[in-house]
Amino acid sequence: MKITEKDVRYVAALAHLDLTEKETAQYVAELDSILTYVEKLNQIDTSTVEPMAQVLHKAAETDALREDRDRQGFRQEQSLGNAPESGAGHFKVAKVIAR
Amino acid sequence: MELTRDALEIPETLKGKYEPVIGLEVHVQLRTRSKIFCGCSTRFGDPPNTNSCPVCLGLPGALPVLNREAVAMAVKAALALNCRVNSFSRFARKNYFYPDLPKGYQISQFDQPLAEHGWIEIRSEEGQAEGGPQEKGTKRIGITRLHMEEDAGKSIHDGFPDSQDKSYVDLNRSGTPLAEIVSEPDLRSSAEAYDYLTRLKQILEYLDVSDCNMEEGSLRCDANVSVRPRGQQELGVKAEIKNLNSFRYLQKALDYEIARQTQLLERGEKVVQETRLWNLEQQKTVSMRSKEYAHDYRYFPEPDLLPLAVSDAWQKEIQQTLPELPDAKRRRMVSQYKLREYDAEVLTASQALAGYYEKVAAAGADPKLAANWVMGNLLGALKAAGKQIGESPVSPEALAGLLALIQDKTLSGKMAKSVFEEMLSTSESAKTIVGRMGLSQITDSDQIRDTIRNVIAANPKQLAQYKSGKTSLIGFFVGQVMKETKGQANPQKVNELLKEELGGA
Repeated sequence: MKITEKDVRYVAALAHLDLTEKETAQYVAELDSILTYVEKLNQIDTSTVEPMAQVLHKAAETDALREDRDRQGFRQEQSLGNAPESGAGHFKVAKVIAR
Repeated sequence: MELTRDALEIPETLKGKYEPVIGLEVHVQLRTRSKIFCGCSTRFGDPPNTNSCPVCLGLPGALPVLNREAVAMAVKAALALNCRVNSFSRFARKNYFYPDLPKGYQISQFDQPLAEHGWIEIRSEEGQAEGGPQEKGTKRIGITRLHMEEDAGKSIHDGFPDSQDKSYVDLNRSGTPLAEIVSEPDLRSSAEAYDYLTRLKQILEYLDVSDCNMEEGSLRCDANVSVRPRGQQELGVKAEIKNLNSFRYLQKALDYEIARQTQLLERGEKVVQETRLWNLEQQKTVSMRSKEYAHDYRYFPEPDLLPLAVSDAWQKEIQQTLPELPDAKRRRMVSQYKLREYDAEVLTASQALAGYYEKVAAAGADPKLAANWVMGNLLGALKAAGKQIGESPVSPEALAGLLALIQDKTLSGKMAKSVFEEMLSTSESAKTIVGRMGLSQITDSDQIRDTIRNVIAANPKQLAQYKSGKTSLIGFFVGQVMKETKGQANPQKVNELLKEELGGA
């Protein structure tokens, strides 16, 4: 097993998620199978390859940058269109600081 | 542990025994037109959630593209802070969950920041010589790094009918470019921290890369504070203090925290590593997160952005846009105008003020007289009127015109003050006002002598008392002469001639 129950609970806690016993077990199995699959990549010898996070490593300076020009953003209704709850032009969420 | 307000005072013996160690993390919004990774406006004060798009709302599939100007401003700041700019740096994802961070991660920089190894010079009590601020020693405070990142949105916890149960989120600020400037733990008192922040802000203002407005949140400050027994090399356990959003809070919060930790150590207790918030109402720092709470940001390289390359050529181009910085300006003004160190310090507080002063001096005013007038009468009047130097009703040229009338003895200092009052309200030139009010200093010795003789003749009793040794009555005679001349007689001349006339009478 690549993933333990402890790992799943830890990651869930960082995301402020409460998982049931059943859900925890389910995610242990699912994440484990994903990692086992991805581990196949370890069969390739990469000892002579430099670690790389982006593919366009040697792009010209200007290719990666945009000019500082602003344009109109979303209308407020558009911004809030996907929000489960909104009011007074804002997204509304459960209280995030304890009083 | 709770502290009363009185407990903020650490006894001198404890101050000698323990040493505070402080490092500051300063976030500064870069004043670009558009956000760091999208074209939404960075304008402050727009209706909520109107400067947003798929990128800064964190909608799936949206891709960030870095703002060239934001990089240029960050590099400019880094160079001014004596940092080494890395030709190659990288963005990373900092993962945490909070409603005002819609992607679930902040794009920041981690192990390969834009710039490192800088410093700025502050004033320090250590090695301070006697005799006032102009003699103070300086101290170099290291800057560990300057990196770029995006700002989060704004959470509003109060002020709505359902604020008891709900937080409101405005994402206009989400994606505003920030430079985070991290100092080394080189600061040893709240006063040093205050001075560091003041000077850092001043430099950033000179560079024009940020509004540096603490009220609007374009400059924000967190502090790492620990206390250790003096002489100990090893650092004590630190607390991170957040919410230090004014210069005054910064110093108060640090003083509170230093006292709190000092008393813990003195009682043999342990300081817990934690994040604390400065609570304005209670005037103390309070624990924000429990110590069990895991901080694990699981940084990894941002795959949606290319590594950031800053070529030597670009760096040089930016270097050439650096203005004369506050320290250099201060030194130049001391040597060019023979100003006192303290005066130069005051006059270089902002570029606008220094520019104003230099225009007065360039218009021919005596540099020291100009310094006194700008720092005293002008700044005093502007402050009373709630105006900035740029809004001064008296132009530098007009002030120089007034000073010229003092220098050629047309006006006494006192008369000049009333003319200046008039200039403030009418914006007329000093010459015009002097002409209109019929003001002009009487320097003609014969004319003054005549008046003096009349005054002496009219006051035989005072004269007799003066003669019998009550020499302080000279003040009375000066007053009478000034009254007779409507304040226009040159005071030095009056004094001089009075002594002659009284002595010889």
